[in-house]
Amino acid sequence: MEFQIALMLVQDGITNGAIYALLALALVLVFAVTRVIFIPQGEFVAYGALTLAMLQAGVVPTTVWLLVGLGVAVTVVDGVPALRSGRPGRLLGVAGWNLAYPLGVAALVSVLPLQSLPQLAQVALALAVVVPMGPQMYRLVYQPIASAPILILLIVSVAAHLTMVGLGLLFFGAEGQRTPAFSDASLELGPLTVPGQTLVIVAVSLALIVALFQFFERTLYGKALRATAMNRVGARLMGISPALAGKLTFFLAAFIGALSGVLIAPITTVYYDTGFLIALKGFVAAIIGGLASYPLAAVGALLVGQLESFSSFWASAYKEVIVFTLIIPVLLWRSLTSRHVEEEE
Amino acid sequence: MNAKLSPRLVLGGFLALLALAPVVLSPFSVTLLNYIGLYALVALGLVLLTGVGGLTSFGQAAFVGLGAYTTAALTTLPSLPGWIAWVGASPWLTLLAGLLLTTVVAVLLGSLTLRLLGHFLPLGTMAWGMSLYFLFGTSESLGGHSGLNGIPPISLFGLSLDTGERIFYLIWAFVLVAVLTTQNLLDSREGRAIRALKGGIVMAEAMGVDTSRSRMVIFLIAALHACASGWLYAHMQRFVNPTPFGLHIGIEYLFMAVVGGAGHVWGALVGAGVITLLKQWLQDILPKLLGQAGNFEVIVFGLMMIVVLQRARGGLWPLLRRLVPVRVDHKHIDASAEALPRRTPPKAGEVILEARNVTRKFGGLVANNNMNLQVKAGEILALIGPNGAGKSTMFNQLSGVDTPTSGEVLFLGQPVAGKDSRQIARMGMSRTFQHVKLLPTMSVLENVAIGTHLRGGKGVLSAAWRLDRTEEARLLKEAARQIERVGLGEFMHAEAGSLALGQQRILEIARALCADPCLLLLDEPAAGLRHKEKQALADLLRKLRAEGLATLIVEHDMDFVMNLVDRVVVMEFGQKIAEGLPDEVQQNPAVLEAYLGGVEWWQIRTTPCWRSATSASPMARSKPSAMPA
Repeated sequence: MEFQIALMLVQDGITNGAIYALLALALVLVFAVTRVIFIPQGEFVAYGALTLAMLQAGVVPTTVWLLVGLGVAVTVVDGVPALRSGRPGRLLGVAGWNLAYPLGVAALVSVLPLQSLPQLAQVALALAVVVPMGPQMYRLVYQPIASAPILILLIVSVAAHLTMVGLGLLFFGAEGQRTPAFSDASLELGPLTVPGQTLVIVAVSLALIVALFQFFERTLYGKALRATAMNRVGARLMGISPALAGKLTFFLAAFIGALSGVLIAPITTVYYDTGFLIALKGFVAAIIGGLASYPLAAVGALLVGQLESFSSFWASAYKEVIVFTLIIPVLLWRSLTSRHVEEEE
Repeated sequence: MNAKLSPRLVLGGFLALLALAPVVLSPFSVTLLNYIGLYALVALGLVLLTGVGGLTSFGQAAFVGLGAYTTAALTTLPSLPGWIAWVGASPWLTLLAGLLLTTVVAVLLGSLTLRLLGHFLPLGTMAWGMSLYFLFGTSESLGGHSGLNGIPPISLFGLSLDTGERIFYLIWAFVLVAVLTTQNLLDSREGRAIRALKGGIVMAEAMGVDTSRSRMVIFLIAALHACASGWLYAHMQRFVNPTPFGLHIGIEYLFMAVVGGAGHVWGALVGAGVITLLKQWLQDILPKLLGQAGNFEVIVFGLMMIVVLQRARGGLWPLLRRLVPVRVDHKHIDASAEALPRRTPPKAGEVILEARNVTRKFGGLVANNNMNLQVKAGEILALIGPNGAGKSTMFNQLSGVDTPTSGEVLFLGQPVAGKDSRQIARMGMSRTFQHVKLLPTMSVLENVAIGTHLRGGKGVLSAAWRLDRTEEARLLKEAARQIERVGLGEFMHAEAGSLALGQQRILEIARALCADPCLLLLDEPAAGLRHKEKQALADLLRKLRAEGLATLIVEHDMDFVMNLVDRVVVMEFGQKIAEGLPDEVQQNPAVLEAYLGGVEWWQIRTTPCWRSATSASPMARSKPSAMPA
């Protein structure tokens, strides 16, 4: 292999690895706070990318109707008990977030000249459509069974994943989409030309990781999430609502997912079911970190990125097999090194 | 109860309907029923694995593929090497070959992935499920993505099963045999061990159950069911390609088990039926409704799954069961069964358990410092001390759960260190738990019968085919005898979870006694018992002592301890501060100091502290030092 090809492969690996790192961080976060193994993370990637593609094509994204639908469902689920307990004021708050916001976004995307908006505004709109589905999903799917065993939560996650893939096919069709790059500039690094999109991905990933770090270290909500992750009962006794912690976590996860989708849409064709494979690689990374350690998960993500990049050069037919089979020795190593007696919680 | 139907009658009715089905139904319906049978076979394995054993696999479709591809390759590929080609002569031989191959693969995958902790296991099964699927698709010799065709039909006694109506009976015979053998298995010694996997691993190991082996057994059974289903599928379809063996189908199998009722053998049939019919119907109606083609049924399946897990985690079977009033028969206890053989009891006064200079440090904290104690056959020793004295740590050293930093624990003259719970149980040490560990949905009888595990030897196959009934009757008789003995006779068939906490503790003692131990370790046996119950327990322990059993009790209830035991060891700050007869210890100034700064504590507490007015905190019930001095 030539040195230059190797460099290109490394660069590819870093680009993908940065995305996997973001997803892995979100997966670790969700698991730590809610014990949910968040399989549908990948669908947020696909939804983010494809919603952006629709906006750029000047079409009202179909996902906005899902946002409205979920909003109505949450309003019913939260509103009925509020009415029954005779607190109509609360109903107003529920409806504000879950009816007014989705309808507002729907109105916005129907009215605005989508195609001629600046790219950043399109991205912001795509995120505004997709990200709130995270907390909505937590409310409808996970909150009613928040104390169930991990296994039940996992099966529910798989079910939610399937539902979202099916809906994705309905919304976006079977065609794949690719969006224009954020920047046409490129950087000459010795023999290597680094495209602008790579720089954007790496820069945004780094910025997001730093921002998340600051959020967890400096802000009250960040600390509340960390407290919940460490000791659910204790955090609850200190007045941290597990439901709020769950929604906040899912908000972050959905944000990271959708943003990852927006970032990769210019470098790879995204189909309605692409997200699953991408998120699974984030999973391999998260599991390297034992679903507990953020830095290890990030390192794992870079490893997965490199492995994928080099195996696609040497044995492209077996690329996926190699990456997924890696999970088994990793899982094994994880189980053997972490000692604890297994019991139903 | 006479209005209820007997289970035999209901089963007979079901069989009659099934036998008539191909005669009266359209070929299309028969084909659907064939698929339901094939899926039910796989789902049944998952019921055992997930619903009963608490393990989850998303990769069962890969095992179905293994069965299907083995027979397809052996019966159709023209250029097989001679040593294996002869197998292709008959599908029955290829079934055996498939089962053999599946056993090898499952044992290999199982030994790799079954060690994974809880939620890592299903992720692992996803990984190998996908890898096997990719392998079927990329392997050129297996026809790649277009697969293999021209698979011959199965023939049985010269009759070629080449139509849906003909293979129908074979498929459903497989399903029914699988259902009945699984049912038999669950109602046996091995079955109780399997049922203990979900939430009772520590307890089961302490009763001598090899839980890793039980995990492997159900994993293997589930894989073999899947393989058989694949074999039937290949000979029904007469061609195979990779599509039906992918991860999404593996997920669908799990859905069938969960929707049907993952804890119930018949739930597999219900789940397979519901999902298959629903899929058929949705695939018809949804594309018309939505105006485009695609796998939209997954949307409905996903939602259905979420709702089922939120609202009815037991699945549909328990709901259906309420509609058909089938009589539930209690387990029969055969009074004429031969009593189990007993171990030779140690001689009275022989040292059974001995701790020598046991020290246990956790970092800088010395939880046990140079502890020495002995328990002899035919005596009851109490280990007491204020909170944080290190009693629980000591209990763990004695029971082999933890290993001392220095010093040693000898049980019957052999060091306990380095032995696992099972070996220790086999040597004759039996214990109860401070936090009660039992299987709440199983009956008292079945819970106690887990204690007899090491006194039986019949395995999975004899259980499945009911060759274990003589031994099973003896085990159940022993369990029933111990239940009567501890005074829980009236609750014999009640769910263990419905007992009061005190009674659950007594149940644990009965379970421990079923192992025919020579040493009984009891962790706070009297907590939560009423006065009469305590007296009964003390009488029982006295009786056991007279039989030569050695007993070690960790207990807070001083009335109970002082009137019962032979000797007392008092601990404080990890050290032994006193040892002797109950009366001596009660006069010991160091002990008085340790407990209440000099006040004669057992005299204050002539009434148990949780009834006394001074005790504000419910915690004080088991923590004497928490009482205000």
